[in-house]
Amino acid sequence: MAIWLIPFLPLLSATLLMVSTGRMPRSLTAVLGAGSVGLAALLVALLAQGFLADGQVREVTLWTWMAVDNFTPRVAFYVDGLTIVMMSVITGVGFLIHLYSIEFMWDDESLCRYFAYMNLFVAAMLLLVMADNLLLLYLGWEGVGVCSYLLVGFWYRDADNGKAARKAFVVTRVGDTAMALGLFLLFTELGTLDIQPLMVAANANWQVGDTLPIVATALLLGGAVGKSAQLPLHTWLPDAMAGPTPVSALIHAATMVTAGVYLIARNYQLFLLAPPTMQAVAWIGVATLLLAAFTALAQHDIKRILAYSTISQIGYMFLALGVGAFASGIFHLMTHAFFKALLFLAAGAVIHCLHHEHNIFRMGGLRTRLPVVFWSFLIGSAALAALPFTSGFYSKDAILLSAWEQPDIGPWLWAGGLLGALLTSIYSFRLVFIVFFGEAQTEPDRQPGWRMAGPLLLLCLLSLIGGWFALPLSGVFPENGHAQVNHSVEIISIATPLLGLLLAYLLFLGRQLSIDKLLASPTGQALKSFCLSGWRIDNLYNALWVRPYTNLAHWWRNEPIDQLYNAVVAASQWSHRTLLGLQTGELRWYATSMVFGLVLLLAIMLRNAT
Amino acid sequence: MGGLQIPMTHVLLLAATLFSCGLLGLMLRRNIIFMLMSLEVMLNAAALAFVAAGAKWGQADGQVIFLLILTVAAAEVAVGLGLVLQIQRRFKTLDMDQANRLRG
Amino acid sequence: MMESLFYIAALVAVMSTVAALTRANAIHALIYLIVSLLAVAVLFFLMGAPFAAALEIVIYAGAIMVLFVFVIMMLNLGESGVAREQEWLTPRNWVVPGVMAALLLLELILALRHAPALTSGISVDPKAVGLTLFGPYILAVEISSMLLLAGLVGAYHLGRRFIVRREKR
Repeated sequence: MAIWLIPFLPLLSATLLMVSTGRMPRSLTAVLGAGSVGLAALLVALLAQGFLADGQVREVTLWTWMAVDNFTPRVAFYVDGLTIVMMSVITGVGFLIHLYSIEFMWDDESLCRYFAYMNLFVAAMLLLVMADNLLLLYLGWEGVGVCSYLLVGFWYRDADNGKAARKAFVVTRVGDTAMALGLFLLFTELGTLDIQPLMVAANANWQVGDTLPIVATALLLGGAVGKSAQLPLHTWLPDAMAGPTPVSALIHAATMVTAGVYLIARNYQLFLLAPPTMQAVAWIGVATLLLAAFTALAQHDIKRILAYSTISQIGYMFLALGVGAFASGIFHLMTHAFFKALLFLAAGAVIHCLHHEHNIFRMGGLRTRLPVVFWSFLIGSAALAALPFTSGFYSKDAILLSAWEQPDIGPWLWAGGLLGALLTSIYSFRLVFIVFFGEAQTEPDRQPGWRMAGPLLLLCLLSLIGGWFALPLSGVFPENGHAQVNHSVEIISIATPLLGLLLAYLLFLGRQLSIDKLLASPTGQALKSFCLSGWRIDNLYNALWVRPYTNLAHWWRNEPIDQLYNAVVAASQWSHRTLLGLQTGELRWYATSMVFGLVLLLAIMLRNAT
Repeated sequence: MGGLQIPMTHVLLLAATLFSCGLLGLMLRRNIIFMLMSLEVMLNAAALAFVAAGAKWGQADGQVIFLLILTVAAAEVAVGLGLVLQIQRRFKTLDMDQANRLRG
Repeated sequence: MMESLFYIAALVAVMSTVAALTRANAIHALIYLIVSLLAVAVLFFLMGAPFAAALEIVIYAGAIMVLFVFVIMMLNLGESGVAREQEWLTPRNWVVPGVMAALLLLELILALRHAPALTSGISVDPKAVGLTLFGPYILAVEISSMLLLAGLVGAYHLGRRFIVRREKR
């Protein structure tokens, strides 16, 4: 089967849409945009079926990209279990989101541009996960970055959206630079960027704990942190919500932001050689998931809450990777893609039906008015909070168990994760209770059509049963079976989300505990604004980097170097004006001056002669 | 016919005097016709010095140079007087101080 | 005797030149100038350069000065022109150029002080001049012919435009 068709179809569609520049009929645009991804999804399903049947890793070399000395990266695809999982998520969830987008974006004048970007994104993301070597992966990596930039700034007529897009692009670029350096280092040290030979070479040349693998993985981690919006490069993701909601669902929840997780999982053998980096990954994950969860508690923009929750959930994935539970991390990646896409699409439906209302305090009572959306959101939130028997439960549980089993630092990581789970539960149900219960603030002016409801229902199903999927990852990652299942740990991690649900109920629905009184106190006020601003990290970065940079730019804008040249110009102009006085245009004056010069010259000659 | 035994200095002195007179006229007169006349005087003075030098050495070169100067003077006068006509037509005056369009 | 002839001619030359350059009337000035040129021609003759003397009279005093006469007549300056010229010759205008010219003359005299050589008194006949002219100086002759051609074309050009403009009017 032609594997190359899978990324090629969305790419072709994107090209056609771009070339048409919106002159295509809207219906054809929609069919092309969603259909290409749907077809790709179909091909992936066939591929997955074949893979599950024979378990063979598929390698396809299309052509040699370039040949410089002994550096010959190929355009080649490597499809194993991990790739299959990623491709399934990208094309499957991607197709549902595309379908949903048709309705969501139907009234937008730039429908064609939207689908062109989205298809391009899917193509780039597929390239990222299917790449056989790190250079091709990097191409896809940057490709999705560009698409993210384009889609965040999709409604570019609003300057704030452009600013958000720029921020997303620049902040991830910081990580990407580190990653590029990591690639350089790997190539100079090991002489190849093909992933499989690279792993072999790394294991052959390096010992566990050597400096070089630590540096290389730290640099790769920089890239992963930037792309996956982890501490300290997470600030771009909440602002990236400026894009259309399906974009947030696809790029900033389900696929692109998990590219960092994929990168680490793909190069896990390299990371296993660097225990300090692994620990750093785990701690970054815990710190991020806690910070983002706390921040999500205080937000009042529905999409920002979901953005922070995404950051938090990717923190879980990092935690899983950090403790060596790669399969659990990828498992959570998949389930998260399901329920977070569901949540985003449901939120999008709410926004769509409520005249682009983002503030959750101006919603409320939507349970009876938008029942489909309510149930979708409820199921998504349940999976996000990891209530028992939802997909999120299985994946998060596996992560927490793996964290617990980690020697030395394990309990701390576990405790952090558990606290995060509690917070997750509280903020997700806070969202549900405020938006769908209570009194209605705004009346919806329409109901979601079948193109919206269909994907929602399908994602509901996936969010519920996603936990029972057996991922074909056994051939990819080393087995670390749970030797002894610690029942008390299990029970605690089951109970925590329920506790969170109860707390959320008491605080936000039952009103048994007054949250308002707590917030009214000065400490509460300060805490709230602290959380609302995302722990003032944006302010910190503004003070540390952005403002010095803009000040510098402003300073340069006055062009201090040019002042020098301006001075030269001014001097020559001044002398010009002065000498202009000599240029009287009178012939006699010229003659007299010539005579004056003649007299002078003769005088000098006479003086020298005598 | 034999030449004259006169101190070279005196001839050159005369040439210098004539040259200075011409120069003075050039600087002094605002009428372009008089300026052209002054130029003629100056050229003539230069020619006188050449001929005197030729006479001192008994060589024909001085007179040859005189001939060349004569040519220059003729050409200059032809063009110069053409210019005089044009200036008179354009500026309705022969005052060169009025024709100062080259002023910076 | 002959020496005094030289000094008389020299005196005539200087005085007529000064007179020529101080006249208000262009025609009067021209006549003085012709006198000056004739005096210089006498000097040439006295210094043993008869060919140069003849040319001085024929071309300078004759042809070139006639050109001046033509132009002055074409311009038709008249009495008002004379009055204006007198107005322009006020002493105020004399000062700077006068000082300049005096300085130059002084310097030239200073430069001449150490040169007491005599003119040889040997006559150079036209044949010698011709031989030299078309011998070593042939290139200069060609160049001066080009110069004359340029002068001719220039004069024709200036004069022609003059006529065309007038026709347009």
